[in-house]
Amino acid sequence: MPGEIIIQADHIDKFFGTFKALDDVSLTVRQGERVVVCGPSGSGKSTLIRCFNGLENHDAGRLTVEGVELHEGSPKIRELRQNVGMVFQQFNLFPHLTVLENLTIGPMKVRKLSRRAAEETARKYLDRVHIPEQADKKPGQLSGGQQQRVAIARSLCMEPRVMLFDEPTSALDPEMIGEVLDVMVELAQSGMTMVVVTHEMGFARKVADTMVFMEQGRIVETSPPETFFTNPESARARLFLDQILEH
Amino acid sequence: MPSFLKKLKIADYVIAAILVAFFGYVALTVEGKLNYEWRWELIPNYILRYREDQDVWFANLLLQGLFNTIRISIYASVLALILGTILGIARTAENLTVRMLARTYLELLRNIPPVVIVFIFFFFLSQQLIDWLNLDRWARGIARSDNVHIWEFFFGEMRRFPSLIAGVIVLALFESAFVGEIVRAGIQSIPQGQREAARSIGMSRLQEMRYIVLPQAMKKVVPPMANQFITLIKDSSIISLISVQELTYKTVELVASTRLIFEAWLTTAAFYFVICFTLSMLFRRLERQR
Repeated sequence: MPGEIIIQADHIDKFFGTFKALDDVSLTVRQGERVVVCGPSGSGKSTLIRCFNGLENHDAGRLTVEGVELHEGSPKIRELRQNVGMVFQQFNLFPHLTVLENLTIGPMKVRKLSRRAAEETARKYLDRVHIPEQADKKPGQLSGGQQQRVAIARSLCMEPRVMLFDEPTSALDPEMIGEVLDVMVELAQSGMTMVVVTHEMGFARKVADTMVFMEQGRIVETSPPETFFTNPESARARLFLDQILEH
Repeated sequence: MPSFLKKLKIADYVIAAILVAFFGYVALTVEGKLNYEWRWELIPNYILRYREDQDVWFANLLLQGLFNTIRISIYASVLALILGTILGIARTAENLTVRMLARTYLELLRNIPPVVIVFIFFFFLSQQLIDWLNLDRWARGIARSDNVHIWEFFFGEMRRFPSLIAGVIVLALFESAFVGEIVRAGIQSIPQGQREAARSIGMSRLQEMRYIVLPQAMKKVVPPMANQFITLIKDSSIISLISVQELTYKTVELVASTRLIFEAWLTTAAFYFVICFTLSMLFRRLERQR
């Protein structure tokens, strides 16, 4: 039973100067769906999900998120971003604030929650990412894996309806990737709608409902993981999988 | 013998001897050729003077001037910091007009001599503002009131209050351009990812600036800002041109009435040096402790 549509991209293009970063991309993400986007670097994966919360503006086509059409200078973009969480490759925690303040500043300043309510929510999500004891530290004192989990909690504190992950484990030391992926798997199991750009195929196999393979700004293949990993339709996807699964 | 003396070589003694000879020669020339009579013993009186009839010590010309310089520097710094921060933000604004305006202001100030700027600001801006606010009358009112002492602690002689304010405004406007550049550099040193993270949790541009970018940027610019504060103290001597009663102006006055040309100017130079050098050492130490 497919849920309601949360993200709907219709034939969107995106240029950086003369470089076409997105080329006629169409994608639908429904409530509760877990979409994993993969592909070689420079294929436009990050650009695509950055468009989903307005960090990039697409140049052509139609993009609707939660029924709101996005375009340059959309007046509703701020409201929308509160419902679309984003986790970055470089964590982007606020270094001048403690972990707890990182988590509460959004709810307090944007959602105008009281400090007490915001801290309550923050502690709940710190529990969920398994680092309640780090609340009063500065991000710089944490390991990369812990920082990324704080970043996930920070997004969750805004109670988003969909979470975007932009290569969340690519900047991590190998031994820390697992702890972040565990949190993401738990999040997926809780029913969160997720769009994840990643090279972690083990994670994809475990949680993805839909695999999207991109190359040169185009979506080459969209298929369920069973098909994608065992018998991909496109030759390019097969080659890509061979290359990254070899190791 | 202190350790640094042991490090001295013959060449160092030669250089020291030459320097002593040079300054001795200059002093002798002043005394001989210019027929100048050194009267250093008079200077302390113009710093701090004992008034026998009232049995009190009071600050004379030079010390009054020094106090006014300190007051003006502090107020002008605060004002320059506020204006400069606005300017720095404007320099990084998305809106082209705002950016161009800020840039124009900066380039004008950078490419016009400070003295000319001071006169222009004085006649076109601060003078109008003071007339418009009717500060003259207000200050005269305060000067006659009972709690004039508190006011004078903060602003010096109240009859001169409008002139002091004019000086503060002129100096702040002048320095704000440079403070603005420091703030801009600070803002631009904050990684783009910080802004994106702020935006992705729904912050407005204003909130992003206020809660995320500025706090980090301001921390980074403390050292250059401290240097700019010292520069401001030195620059404050320019506003003597518009008759603000600060140290340089008072020295001019003193020299005019007593002919203590060399003594007075050397004393004033020493005042500026001690203040600026002390602050500079202090900031350096604080910087190392951070």
